[in-house]
Amino acid sequence: MTSTAEISAFSTKVEEKLYQNRYLVDAGRPHIKVRPHEVPSKALLSLTYTCPAGCYSLNDKGQVEITVDGCFECGTCRVVTAKTGEVEWDYPRGGYGVLFKFG
Amino acid sequence: MIEERFDAIVVGAGPSGNAAAYTMAKQGLKVLQLERGEYPGSKNVQGAILYANALEKLIPDFRDDAPLERHIIEQRLWTMDDTSYVGMHYRSDDFNEERPNRYTIIRAQFDKWFSRKVREAGVTLICETTVKELLRDSHGKVIGVKTDRSGGAILADVVILGEGVNGIVGQRSGLRAELKPESVALAVKEMHFLPREVIESRFNLKGNEGVVIEAMGTITAGMTGTGFLYTNQESISVGIGCIVSDFAENGTTPYGLLESFKNHPSIKPLLANSECKEYAAHLIPEGGYNAIPELFGDGWIVVGDAGQFVNAVHREGSNLAMTTGRIAGETVVWLKRRRDELSKANLAEYKRRLDATFVMQDLKKYKKIPDFLHGNKQVFGLYPRLVNAAAQTWFRVDGADKRTKEKEILKSFRKGRTLPGLIGDAFKLARAWR
Repeated sequence: MTSTAEISAFSTKVEEKLYQNRYLVDAGRPHIKVRPHEVPSKALLSLTYTCPAGCYSLNDKGQVEITVDGCFECGTCRVVTAKTGEVEWDYPRGGYGVLFKFG
Repeated sequence: MIEERFDAIVVGAGPSGNAAAYTMAKQGLKVLQLERGEYPGSKNVQGAILYANALEKLIPDFRDDAPLERHIIEQRLWTMDDTSYVGMHYRSDDFNEERPNRYTIIRAQFDKWFSRKVREAGVTLICETTVKELLRDSHGKVIGVKTDRSGGAILADVVILGEGVNGIVGQRSGLRAELKPESVALAVKEMHFLPREVIESRFNLKGNEGVVIEAMGTITAGMTGTGFLYTNQESISVGIGCIVSDFAENGTTPYGLLESFKNHPSIKPLLANSECKEYAAHLIPEGGYNAIPELFGDGWIVVGDAGQFVNAVHREGSNLAMTTGRIAGETVVWLKRRRDELSKANLAEYKRRLDATFVMQDLKKYKKIPDFLHGNKQVFGLYPRLVNAAAQTWFRVDGADKRTKEKEILKSFRKGRTLPGLIGDAFKLARAWR
């Protein structure tokens, strides 16, 4: 039986996974920022695959960028880049951000 | 924001903060609890298993109205390679008791229920409010908190930090250092919905009986970590977690790892035709005893994940959270009754009381385990492969005599790890375990 449920239950694309979640986006006030850089450190670069929400990507200049909309506020990026200080991390304002329906 | 002064401010409305707030309010203290989420539980993620014993000590009749999913009658521990698993299962009708020992729960629902109990006990809860820092007097004693609301300073005799694994307030107030990538795990999880009768037939369950699967092996792609699958009433929680530094070095995405785990031939049929309704991620403090930060000081106490109270070996955390929260609350009540100051010297009573419980005793017992697992990746790759290959050799009837099969299995272990390697691993594990 191949149904739409089967497709959504087994999907490798992180965008499709995030589609099920609830967020209250604080438009124009990202709670995490990548500090301006020329060349990303190995730690910063690793965020393009360690971030569980796939928030980090490379731009065409090879710099790391973040879009916080799908963020889980888990803290992985802050922990990974603690030594290099390339990520400015905070919680969203109270009430904003991810809203787990089940957790 | 609030002019009045409180006996205690509790930061966070998870299991530890709720336990602390509830304990203090029940004994007549004036308690304010601050939660950054829209509702308690909206920022929290857990497998999740509820340990009755820790909650019973707070709310003995919790079973009357708590949103419990299934009581666990069967535990499966799986060692997996890419196509197989070797399992140890324990199932007992004794777990079908009047007051079951462990339940699966859905955290967002459970946390709302727990929070209602806390408010009924008299705690003032304010949600959608993020605590930014601790306020101190000229002697450095913590006297309250500053929040992200305008004019957000609030005063209290003591601040109990149940702020969760990231512990940002404590970090920024200089109470503790940043988490280390080697001692914290990143776990990802999905909620898969199925009709309850489908779950019951797939797992051989009746009524509210439940099954828990904890898995390790090649599913973590050489990283230190485990996978899990828990049955709820009408859903299955499935997830996998590995140490953060391993993820950073390995290059595997957490969602890719979860997808591979879900597609393992032993897991996939259990999830067939389900509908995924949420994908979540959270950090788990897994540094154990050696990672525990300062737990108290002048006017402050740390409880739950913020204090690294997780027993990674036994996958226990919420019970440690509730127990540390309860004991912190009891300590504050006791000091207040004696009219003692909530100073560092007096709050040391919290640590003394914790030392006498399973919380500190278990963490101390396993204090060498995190380093052992981190430094011995063969536990997660080589050994699961060897064990599964051995099982296949043993059970496959192919004309080879049994003595030859025995020799083949022993040879595979010696070849895979060498005899000194095998003995060394056994010795190291025994030393870390004791």
